[in-house]
Formats: sequence, C-alpha cells, structure tokens
Amino acid sequence: MTTPTKHERRIVIRPPLSLAGTTRDENRKLIREWWAELDAAGEEGRPVANVFVMGSMAEILRTFDMPIAFPEMTSLQTAVRGRSLEFITTAEDAGYSPDICGYVKADIGVHLQGGDHPMGHLPEPSLVVATNLCNTYIKWAEIWERMYDCPVFVFDIPGWRGSGFETKRGSGTFRDDVRYVEAQVRELIALTEEVTGKKFDIDRFRENLAQVNELSRLFREVLELNQHRPAPFNALTEGINLMGIVNAYRGSPKGTRFLEIAKAEFAERAARGVGAVPDERFRLLLVGTACYSNFRDFAGLFEDWQGVFPHSDYMSFAGGALDRGVHYDLDRPIESMAEQMVLTTQEAMGGMFWGQDWLTEVVREWSIDGIVFHGVKSCRTVSTGLPDEREWLLRRRDIPGLFIQSDLVDPRLWSAAQLKNRIDAFFESLESRRAAGARR
Amino acid sequence: MISVDTVESIVEEARTLVEDPSYPAARRWLEDHPEGKVLGHFQVYFPEELAHAAGMLPLKIAGFDTTLQIRKADAHLAAFVCSIARSALELVMSGTLDILDMFVFPPICDVARHSCAVWARNFEDIDSQILYLPHNAASPAAVPYLTGEYRRILREIEEVASTRVTDGALRASIELFNENRRLIRELYRIKRETPWLLSAVEAYLLTRAAGAMPREEHNLLLQRALAALETRDGKPQDKIRVVFSGGFCEQPPLDLISVIQDACYIVDDDFMVGLRWIVSDVTADGTDPIEALADAYLNRSDYSPVQHDPRKPKEEMLLRKVREAGAEAVIIAAAKMCEPGLEEQVGYGQALYEAGIPHLVMEFEEKTTTFEQTRMEVETFAESLLFEFA
Ligand code: SF4
Ligand code: SF4
Repeated sequence: MTTPTKHERRIVIRPPLSLAGTTRDENRKLIREWWAELDAAGEEGRPVANVFVMGSMAEILRTFDMPIAFPEMTSLQTAVRGRSLEFITTAEDAGYSPDICGYVKADIGVHLQGGDHPMGHLPEPSLVVATNLCNTYIKWAEIWERMYDCPVFVFDIPGWRGSGFETKRGSGTFRDDVRYVEAQVRELIALTEEVTGKKFDIDRFRENLAQVNELSRLFREVLELNQHRPAPFNALTEGINLMGIVNAYRGSPKGTRFLEIAKAEFAERAARGVGAVPDERFRLLLVGTACYSNFRDFAGLFEDWQGVFPHSDYMSFAGGALDRGVHYDLDRPIESMAEQMVLTTQEAMGGMFWGQDWLTEVVREWSIDGIVFHGVKSCRTVSTGLPDEREWLLRRRDIPGLFIQSDLVDPRLWSAAQLKNRIDAFFESLESRRAAGARR
Repeated sequence: MISVDTVESIVEEARTLVEDPSYPAARRWLEDHPEGKVLGHFQVYFPEELAHAAGMLPLKIAGFDTTLQIRKADAHLAAFVCSIARSALELVMSGTLDILDMFVFPPICDVARHSCAVWARNFEDIDSQILYLPHNAASPAAVPYLTGEYRRILREIEEVASTRVTDGALRASIELFNENRRLIRELYRIKRETPWLLSAVEAYLLTRAAGAMPREEHNLLLQRALAALETRDGKPQDKIRVVFSGGFCEQPPLDLISVIQDACYIVDDDFMVGLRWIVSDVTADGTDPIEALADAYLNRSDYSPVQHDPRKPKEEMLLRKVREAGAEAVIIAAAKMCEPGLEEQVGYGQALYEAGIPHLVMEFEEKTTTFEQTRMEVETFAESLLFEFA
C-alpha cells in the first residue's frame, strides 16, 4: 500500500459524526467559567488557593468553596497564546535564572506585571498547597509566600524508595506513610478552616470524593478507548484539554460530566473508525511533556508522519494519578483519602522515575510502535533520567525510543530544524523495523 | 623521630583524601575490614550513624572537579542537569568507585530522585535507595514518620551488612558523630572568630575529609588540627568578612574558594552543610536512639534551600548567620542548573537588600577551571566595601 500524500490526506471526507466538537465546546465553556470564578474571587477579595496538578487536594479545598488556581495551567496558557516569553523575561529581569523552570517564571512574570494574564486576572493566593511531587512546587510556593505573605502548606507524600520498592498495603512502610499523610489531611483541613473562616463539612467532602471516584473511572475508560486502532484522540493535543478540566474540576460534577461528553465523542469516533490523525500509521507514547510555546509545530512534526499519541505519561502524573484508579471509601473519608494518596501517587510518581515497567505495559496494551522521550529544560522532574530510561528500554525490552529536548514554555529553546531531523530519522527507523518485521 | 604536626601538613593529608575520587581512605579501611560494606550517600544530609552502627563505612559523595572526567554519565542524563549528578554517576560508571554496596539519595530535588532510579537501573549490585526525609518539617507527624523511615532504611542496611543493629551500637555511633560535629563546630568557631588563623580553604578541606574517611580517623585528624591551631600565629588583614551561601549540595571548586579568600575572609558558609546539619549534640541516653536522630534532623538543625520549614524562614536564617558571624557582606552563589539553589538566590538577594547588606550574586560549577572573571568581580566587590567602610 502506498502512503497517501499530505494533499490526498487532506481531501479524505470523513463520515459525519453527530458528537463532533462537543468535547472542545464543553472544554472552552468550562475553562471560561473557571477563569470567571477566579476573576470574581479576586475582585470580591474572596480567598483563593494556589495548587498544583500533582496532588491538588481539590477534594479538601472544594469542600470550603475555595476557588483553586493552577499556576501550571495558567503558565501553559501563556505559552499556547504565544505570550510566555514576555512574562519569562520579566521574571528574568527581576533576577530569576534562565536555567530554572519556565512555568515558574511565566507565572511570576504575570504576578510582577500586576496579575494581568492573557485570559483573565490572576488573584493573590490566600493559601498555597504545594505537594512534594515536584520539588519545584515548593520553591515556587516560597516565592508567593514572599510576595503575598500567604500561608504555604507543603503536603508531603513519601514516594518511590528505590531498588525493589513496591507499595504494599499492610506493610509497615505503607502504614507509616499513611499515618503521616492522614495527619496532614487533618492539618490542611484545620488550616483551610482558618483561612476561609468556614467549618469543615464532612458530607460535602464525601460528595467530592465520590465525584473523584467517578472521575477516575471515566478517565480510565476514556484512556482505554485509545487502545482502538485508529486512536480516536491524540493524547498530545486533545489530551491537554482533558487534563485541564480533570484538574480544574476535580471533585466537581462538572468535571465528571465533561468526561462523559468526551467519552461519548471518542467512543463515536472509535465506533466509526475515525482516528485523531487521518490514516494513522504510527502509534507513539509520549514521555515527558509537549512543547507548548510551539505547540502546533511540535504536534505537526509527528502528524506529518501520521503519527498519533494514544497515551502519554503526562496523562498519568499530571492527572493527579486518576489513571491509576482512585477508589475512596466514603465510609472512612479522611483515612481513605490518605491511603489513596499514598497508593496512587506512589504509583504515578514511581512511574515517572522508575517507569520502565509501566511504559512496557502501555506499549503492549496501547499497541505502541515507539516512545518519544521529550526532555524539557524547564522540568527536571520529568526529564532528568529520560536518556537512561530510553536506553534501558531499547536494550532490555527492544522498545525503540527517541530522545529529544526543547522546553515547555520557552520558545528560545525551540530548534525546529534539529528536532525535525531527529524525528524524521526516528520515523524512518520505525519504518525499517516494520519492514524487517514483515519480512520475518 | 616524632614528626611535628603543622596545620599545613594536616590540611595536606585531608587534601589527598578529598581530591582523590578513588577514595583511598575507604580502600584502606576495606583492606583492614575485608568483609566490610560501604554505604555511599548523596548530598545533603544522611544519618550516617545508622550505617556506622551496622559496621558499614559511610561515604559522602559530594562530586568532583576536573579530577574526574565525565565520559559515560552524560549519555544517561538530560543536558540541563547539574554537574554533581553527573560526577556522582560517573564515579561508579567509570569504575573509579567500585566499592559501594549501598547508595542512598535524599529527596532534595528532582535530579536526586531521578538519579536514584538511574542508579538502580544501571547498578544492580548496589542497593540504591531514597531516604524520604520529610518535606512537611513542621508537622507534628514528621518525627514519628521519620523515625519509621529511618527504621526502614536501617532494615535495608542490616540486610546489606548481614547484621542486626542494637540500640547500644546506635548510641555509641551517635556519640562518635556528636564528637565529630563538636570538633567541626570548633573549627568553624576558630574560622569565624579568627579567620586569619584558619583560611576558608583549610577549614573546607579539613571538614570535607569527614565524608571521605572513617569518622574515628577524622576525629583524630581534627583533634590534631585543633591542637596545631593553638600554636599558630597570624595577624588580621584588612579584608572584608563575608558569608558564603550556596554550597549546600554541589561544591564550588577549591580554586573558587581560594579566589574569594584572597580578597575576603569567609567567616561562615554552608559548604558540606550536611556534616553540620545537626547543630547540637543528639542525646540518645534513655530514649529511642532512632527517634533521637529523627528529632535532631527536624528540630535541632541548620537550614538549606532544599528544606521548607516555616520555623526556619531561610532569609531570616541567613540574616542571623550574617549577624552571628559579624559579617559585612554575603556571596550568594548557586551551582549551575541547580533549580533550588538558583531560585533561592532571588529571595536571599531581596532580604539582604532590604537589610542593607551588600551581596554579590554568582554561579559556579564544580568543573570550572578559569576564574579570572570571578576574581575580578570579587576583588571589585571587596574593594568597593573596604572603601565604603573605611
Ligand atoms: S519543574 Fe516540571 S513539574 Fe515542576 S513546576 Fe516546573 S514544569 Fe511543573
Ligand atoms: S546541585 Fe541542586 S539540582 Fe543538583 S543535585 Fe544538588 S540540589 Fe539537586
């Protein structure tokens, strides 16, 4: 079979899909609402919490009706809108190094410019919850602490411990970890009561937990839809929208409803054999993050080869471990939250550092041809050991991988020609492997 | 004939141990203890008492300058990672340090956490562990948690060393390390109060040797150095007194410390701060020694950019250090590509600015070999202050 040219691919007429665009529309609506809530809280002087996608503790904060700002998301939005560099340089002018996380600088740049963000106004935080899941979260939180004198709660979830470590329910280590995390759940509740002046309502909390259970179930179902060939959605591009909503609306019925809409649209595509990328030829797994400052170009480098990403590790760690199956026991909400935090984050974060087994499983279940490891200068949390992981998977499991580097938000680190050369060569090698496999 | 110890000769002894990436003192220890096991640990802090009580030799891996060529490690780490993570990996990949049975990383930053996985994938015969020191340091639950985590790492140690550690052995090790910290504190006191008697490079080498040799021997080395210092003569020079901040993990090259001390007295610093992390004696008599160590880590300790503790706001800690050392100025350094160190520079700079304390911001890399630019900056900085205070 000959490969259709780009031109031929463009004129393929798709069968009409009744649900086409419903996910995108709902996404836009919810993101607008989220910004409107932040804007209103800022104007009315209501307390807002700054949190992070890995371990947002939305289940607790939502109980207090506290609007939650996700600076990682708002930094990403500056990049997608082509404005990140202006904020990054503002932060650098104030003394922040060119070598630190660009998300931090894009956000601090907005704050230094008075809070005006391309999509709204960033309110001053009244509370910051920073987990240890990325150490930079803690440093970032300390910057706001200095700027706004707001309380910072470092929520510490002990993680993967090294050689031979497994999270085992019932082990002494698991019990110690859960006890520590449970104490912090209670400390955070007490602190949020203080900041908001509201009493903790355990029934509201239970409702939020129930929503997260549902969100996690749906999230896994959505991901599994991408085991279809062709993959109905691209985890690289449409995946970002999913992640935005599951974070911003974690614990809210709106988040759950959104995933129902996405699931229905992607299921329709799957049933009709419509892929996210026309004439899908290569199925890829992204490890790391995308480059948002040059997002379309980045995606295009793979789409030009009809490569789709049915999965990414970003969909795992940046989803607060939803993909690992969160099951809160509503009869013991606080204890169960602590247990689930330990179980799911140890798996998701362990997967980031010690990812080879999980990646191998995804390669098998999602029928992946090759892994793209994208190291980003901003983020040592996802990038540090990627070259080693790539080499290990190739040597031990014969899984081909490509290691490339650029950045999340800093367009100065984007080098189109260099990336294109490496990516083209990778696809060519995948083609040769395929041809060799067919001959055998 | 009894040779007479001089500060210079003792410092040279320390230098040969510190600058040799094959860790000669550890090899000698292994010759004397053929069945002995070696536990390496990454910066910043590790409770070495746990390894010592099990009869293991704890070694502090603090990176290397150009004495160690990076040949293999680069292929395993992303490009924008600090130098110490590369040199630590290279030490083992190159076979220079082929005596480790266990290696422990603390979760100080994401480079360190990833590094543990890289080590575990590549060195199957080294038990590579993360000791999960608590990040919510002020939580009342932190001490009980850390006690449990120390017990977990002790179980790993016991397995590697094929032994059981008693409370008595732990108490004896705590006493030995208490003595070591006391001696280092004394060394720092001398440097702070009479910096013309003990230079920054000398104090640095004498302190850093702790991580490269058996601690019993290091205690003796420091005792000899302190005795030799009592008879040392020197006259104060007209130099400004500075605090050096930024040596908590990757270490500045010796030549950089030397360049700074040519123009200033470094009266306090955070070089190898893990060796001095616990600021007073750990009292383990009549209590659970592991809990005593956990309590000391959290409640009687120094500060660094890789620990958030609302009870120890870092800028205030730095200002206190400046005051207590009678320093006039601060050098706020950070290792290249070190996210936590670089981020902290801004906060420190603002606090010093508000307090009216002059400061010089700089970056370094353990592998840097030319310092002309830095020399000029430091000299200009020092001269401007001498002039101002004249
Ligand atoms: S280092 Fe990575 S995970 Fe951490 S804040 Fe920056 S982009 Fe996010
Ligand atoms: S130098 Fe900085 S980034 Fe590197 S290991 Fe040390 S703390 Fe981490």
